[in-house]
Amino acid sequence: MGESGGDRGPRPGGGAVRCLDLVKRYGDVTAVAGLDLEVARGECLGLLGPNGAGKTTTVEILEGLTAPDAGVVELLGERWGCGRDRQLRERLGVQLQETQLGEKLTVEETLRLFASFFARSRPTAEVVAALELEEKRHARVGKLSGGQKQRLALACALVGDPELLFLDEPTTGLDPQARLRVWEIVERFREDGGTVVLTTHAMDEATRLCDRVAIMDHGKVLKLDRPSALVAALDADQIVEFRARGEVAREALAALPGVCAVARRGDAWQLSVRRIDLALPALLALLERASVPLDALATHQATLEDVFVGLTGRGLRDV
Amino acid sequence: MSERAGARPHPLVELTRARLLEFVREPEAVFWVFVFPVLLALALGIAFRAKPPERLRAVVVGGTPAAARVAELLAAARDLDVTVLDRAEAARALRAGRADVVVESGPDGGSPLAVTYRYDLTRAEGRAARLAADDALERGLGRGDRLVAREEPVTEPGTRYIDFLIPGLVGLNLMGSGMWGLGFAVVQARTRKLLKRFAATPMRRSDYLLSFILSRLVGLVLEVAVVVGFGWLLFGVAVHGSIVDLAVVALLGALMFAGIGLLVAARPRTVEGVSGWMNLVQLPMWLASGSFFSYERFPAAAQPFIRALPLTALNDALRAVMNDGARLPACWPALAVMVAWCVASFALALKLFRWQ
Repeated sequence: MGESGGDRGPRPGGGAVRCLDLVKRYGDVTAVAGLDLEVARGECLGLLGPNGAGKTTTVEILEGLTAPDAGVVELLGERWGCGRDRQLRERLGVQLQETQLGEKLTVEETLRLFASFFARSRPTAEVVAALELEEKRHARVGKLSGGQKQRLALACALVGDPELLFLDEPTTGLDPQARLRVWEIVERFREDGGTVVLTTHAMDEATRLCDRVAIMDHGKVLKLDRPSALVAALDADQIVEFRARGEVAREALAALPGVCAVARRGDAWQLSVRRIDLALPALLALLERASVPLDALATHQATLEDVFVGLTGRGLRDV
Repeated sequence: MSERAGARPHPLVELTRARLLEFVREPEAVFWVFVFPVLLALALGIAFRAKPPERLRAVVVGGTPAAARVAELLAAARDLDVTVLDRAEAARALRAGRADVVVESGPDGGSPLAVTYRYDLTRAEGRAARLAADDALERGLGRGDRLVAREEPVTEPGTRYIDFLIPGLVGLNLMGSGMWGLGFAVVQARTRKLLKRFAATPMRRSDYLLSFILSRLVGLVLEVAVVVGFGWLLFGVAVHGSIVDLAVVALLGALMFAGIGLLVAARPRTVEGVSGWMNLVQLPMWLASGSFFSYERFPAAAQPFIRALPLTALNDALRAVMNDGARLPACWPALAVMVAWCVASFALALKLFRWQ
């Protein structure tokens, strides 16, 4: 894995994140199994994978909240536990998965509190405005909607004016409009030169926000590249998914004209298809000949999700 | 919004401020800390208020001239209320506790006059009524006094139950609000991953723990003032020692229970978990530390353990200052126990504290 085809190479002055051979075990479970990553300054790297892939553990190791069992972490030229942790934290913005801020404090009081932790912080009024929370400034956190809470969590991450921002599933559980607003905030942070590491299991999020995406499963990076390059590497434009009532031979499917890969996902088949005009009639003819009735059939443009299925045989949202 | 450039608010101040805001916005917490102890003091104060001495009740079994004479002689007694009833009624009154002693005269015309006292030997009132009745009859029949006795009734404030109770309630309140206030807040922040979120900022961890202690000190002034002021206004419970000494003892008590609260809350991950531990720690002190009754009632073998309990030491010091007017040096054993608890619990809490 490693650097491939990104148009943002590491800039002079060192990368934002570098980690080598990270390992973290919890009892018998290996959450992170030898992971290497490099993130350039100004870049947005996404960790894409299903629940339990080790994304959160990886990010918390990077954030200095969890100590790895083995491996090296370097952030902005520093390492954790060398007596400069507080100075390093001054430069990081963190949004954890599922943090519930104190419900009895107002938006402004919460921000004021977080701002006080940083030696150099942005004025809270400015952050409130940037995160579109003006109307809710004096509202208690407990009264906010999910999207507003998430924007406040982002505000708490941004109030210290960080160089490097960690976002752990920033839009999970939000409605489409709220997600869009979060994305715009992240994009604005990047326009100002900030570096972002985010985890997600939403391919649209990864496609929109990330320069590069690391596809993770079982604590490892399976593939790391630009989203477009990952999809292009599938060597397919279209994905055909179908469910049939009866046995179909994998070899027979792979031999169909225009089909370049076959994956089985539960009781559904997934064909990566280069020429849908050839593949689809051939598939239907094959099923007809084998007298296997078709239950469901769908086709769509290839996405990161299909890359993941192609790599693991599982979907991002499968458990 | 006044955004003062350059004058950065201190994190300790901001944390304490946030803590206090969260507290006053929690109506239940305010009730338990301020209203509940006052209600408790009120209820107990009324139940055990100083009453005028109760009069003893003697019932004479009537119907004979001798009985009439007995009733007449008894009526001269200072402490006795005398009623004349028939025999069955008198027995019923004794059973129901409406009479302390039943006096029945012997057969008419006998000399000397013969009487039977019927009373419950196990009740102090029964024995007192019998003595009062006997004394009145003997006196009425001509027995003279050979002793000159002077009486000095004791009713001064400081010896009543409410005087004993108020310092105990102050101690109990300091324990309850210190432990519940801190324990719940810490564990809730841990459950909500707020502790972890704070740990990801440059916040000093000691600032976080110190903010709890500072917020306790602000609350402490009010808590102690409410209970002491209430006792003084309603029951005339005075502070015999110096207010400064009282403040020092209360401060040390608050710090001690803040430390113990942090220690109990250092590890649990759920509010249910910490509640169990809180109850386990507090219950023995509720019972044994002499808030409601003197711990001297427990067996001698248990005394050293009881005296080593944090709340016992606090109650002892509070009573010494409030009731006995003692100066601080005189309460050094209790103060030493408190300081020891304070230091040990903080040190251990810092060591064991779980941030995520």
